[in-house]
Amino acid sequence: MSHAAASSHAELDPRKALPFPKAVLPVLRNPQLRKNVAHAIDVIQAKRAKLVAEKTDWQELRTAASALRTHALENLGAYLEQFEERCTAAGGTVHWAADAEEARHIILDILRQENASEVIKIKTMTSAEIQLNPYLEGNGVSTFETDLAEIILQLGELEPSHIVVPALHVNRSQVREIFARRMGRPELSDDPKELTNAARTFLRQKFLSIPTAISGANFLIAETGAVGVVESEGNGRMCLTLPKTMITIAGIEKVLPSFQDLEVTLQLLARSATGERMNPYTSIWTGVKPGDGPQKFHVVLLDNGRSSILGKSKERQTLKCIRCAACMNSCPVYRQTGGHAYGSVYPGPIGAILTPQLMQMKHAQTLPFASSLCGACYEVCPVKINIPQVLLELRSQVVNQERKQVGRVFDPMYLGLRAANLLFAQAWIFHTAQWFGRMGLGMFTGKDGWIHWLPSVGGKWTQTRDLRGLPSQNFHEWWAKQRGSKPSKGAK
Amino acid sequence: MRASLFITCYNDTLYPETGRAVVRLLERLGVELEFNPKQTCCGQMHANTGFRAEAFSQAKRLVRLYQDAETVVVPSSSCVAMMREQYPGIIEQMGNKELLKQYAELMPRVYELSEFLIDKLGVEDVGAYFPHRVTYHASCHGVRALHLGERPYKLLAKVGGLTLQTLPNVDRCCGFGGTFSVKNAEVSSAMLAVKLQDVISTGAEFCTALDNSCLMHLGGAMHRQYAGMKTIHMAQILASTEENPAEATL
Repeated sequence: MSHAAASSHAELDPRKALPFPKAVLPVLRNPQLRKNVAHAIDVIQAKRAKLVAEKTDWQELRTAASALRTHALENLGAYLEQFEERCTAAGGTVHWAADAEEARHIILDILRQENASEVIKIKTMTSAEIQLNPYLEGNGVSTFETDLAEIILQLGELEPSHIVVPALHVNRSQVREIFARRMGRPELSDDPKELTNAARTFLRQKFLSIPTAISGANFLIAETGAVGVVESEGNGRMCLTLPKTMITIAGIEKVLPSFQDLEVTLQLLARSATGERMNPYTSIWTGVKPGDGPQKFHVVLLDNGRSSILGKSKERQTLKCIRCAACMNSCPVYRQTGGHAYGSVYPGPIGAILTPQLMQMKHAQTLPFASSLCGACYEVCPVKINIPQVLLELRSQVVNQERKQVGRVFDPMYLGLRAANLLFAQAWIFHTAQWFGRMGLGMFTGKDGWIHWLPSVGGKWTQTRDLRGLPSQNFHEWWAKQRGSKPSKGAK
Repeated sequence: MRASLFITCYNDTLYPETGRAVVRLLERLGVELEFNPKQTCCGQMHANTGFRAEAFSQAKRLVRLYQDAETVVVPSSSCVAMMREQYPGIIEQMGNKELLKQYAELMPRVYELSEFLIDKLGVEDVGAYFPHRVTYHASCHGVRALHLGERPYKLLAKVGGLTLQTLPNVDRCCGFGGTFSVKNAEVSSAMLAVKLQDVISTGAEFCTALDNSCLMHLGGAMHRQYAGMKTIHMAQILASTEENPAEATL
């Protein structure tokens, strides 16, 4: 069975993933994948742009959201304690997990206490981050995703490529093939309605028979101890009402100080994420209520590298993210590559800054360079994360690591940039280097005055573009000839 | 009006015709131009590749070099963006209060070319003549860092003989990104392919911009592909007159 376009064997573990420039190669040669991704994000982007345009106070909303997220992060300890206290008072149980392993153990322990051999799930990126499903499956617990896109991925054994629409790289004929094979429904056509109904029938049995659910959280509200999930399909609402036990896993950065903060956050989130004024289902629950919904409720608060990000003033803004994915939808790099090449469950611009930081800068070091710094991500970010600024900060950290490595002497890019610094220190050195450059490149310049091939790093340029040969006279030489070399006023 | 021209390192090295055009254009408009021969680079390439200490040494040098200049004009939107957006953080981290003060005093006097024409000189009609179909690539730094907005369009609208062809997805990156174009050459090329489709679809003869770095990228692909289209910095269009046309058209 072939479903090559979905690149089923993507490795989303940053510790094992290929460097970004290598990981993109099969994707860039895959016309179906590129069409699927570009089409999907163009549609979302157009919807988003239309709805953002109708909000005259959009920039004020962004400013307010940025301020409230910054405030929440700067007082995170206090708000988390408040959340724990209020959630506990309302009948919930709060667990603290320092890392992915601890979070997985906590969740498995709860499931064992409940004698659960099956669990239904609401789409959660945090669960993917800690690789929960394979762990649970390996320990005898079957997991069933209930979000339509997640079902497609789970049944097709595919990896998510986007944080809001994780199966955007899969088209409907591929969905048909997966459903026909895994649900035993060979009669299915690729009509979206028919496919959705097939998923619905499949899910009903799960909702009605499995009493334990796992969710993520879009936000935790410190003031009331409430947890909120924002979704489009109603599967989340089913998971929040039918099961007897609910386990929520949430990154510690998801806290909002008060219920009132949803006013700003929800206006931004749905418009930014799916191009809707309001998402169809917003579920907010506080602890447990007799006779209403799950009677046992656990929250696992996950650190997994977040508190180390919190401690750094330039990088802290990364944690403002509300996971809307507007950055990847607007990103011209993501538009070509899709998500898998980022080697992380968090792809796109936010993934390029979040993943290496969650990995303590020991892995995913090519990701901060996976951007042309065009700034589209910052322009659309509803909480004003200056992603290019963080990318530059992380690039500088990667280079500072490289400065200490012996292998740097074999890196032509590193050597070139170090040398260029010396050239720019004095005009006469720069001008001498220009002369040598003209001589050196002259050997590669064709009769048409253009360079079609260069060795080493230059070959990375000439593999797809020509370069005009260097002119016989630089501008400063022309000026000196025309106007004399007398230093102008102000020269030192 | 007196202004000091910061030509930028790559214009000096690769595109001297842009510099000559700026001189022709501004002197025609009565500006007394100076050229500080000690100038080299703003540090953008180093800063964007993570070499912050090196970028700082360039930044420090540039701020000191131009501290007495009345006005500085720069025909490169990304270099101006570097100075406006990145210098403060770099100087704050690695420099001292005095340098930060010198920087703060200098910056309001630094103009990108279209800003200089529209905001400082207050001209839209520079008396140019360029009888060609032209499309304008807005460039990421021009759009999102400098917020040039309508300025380039106002200038092009007043060029005699020029027909402006609208570029679809005008705010989308061409994929250059400095060292990104070689560090991630394949993705950069994929972005370039998409951009080039849009540019060629306009049916223009020339693609112009206020940044030769994007044009080097686009122009390099046009040349490789025999696309039948050329790139030209906007300074060269604005300098062009009926009697004295732009060099690129000769």
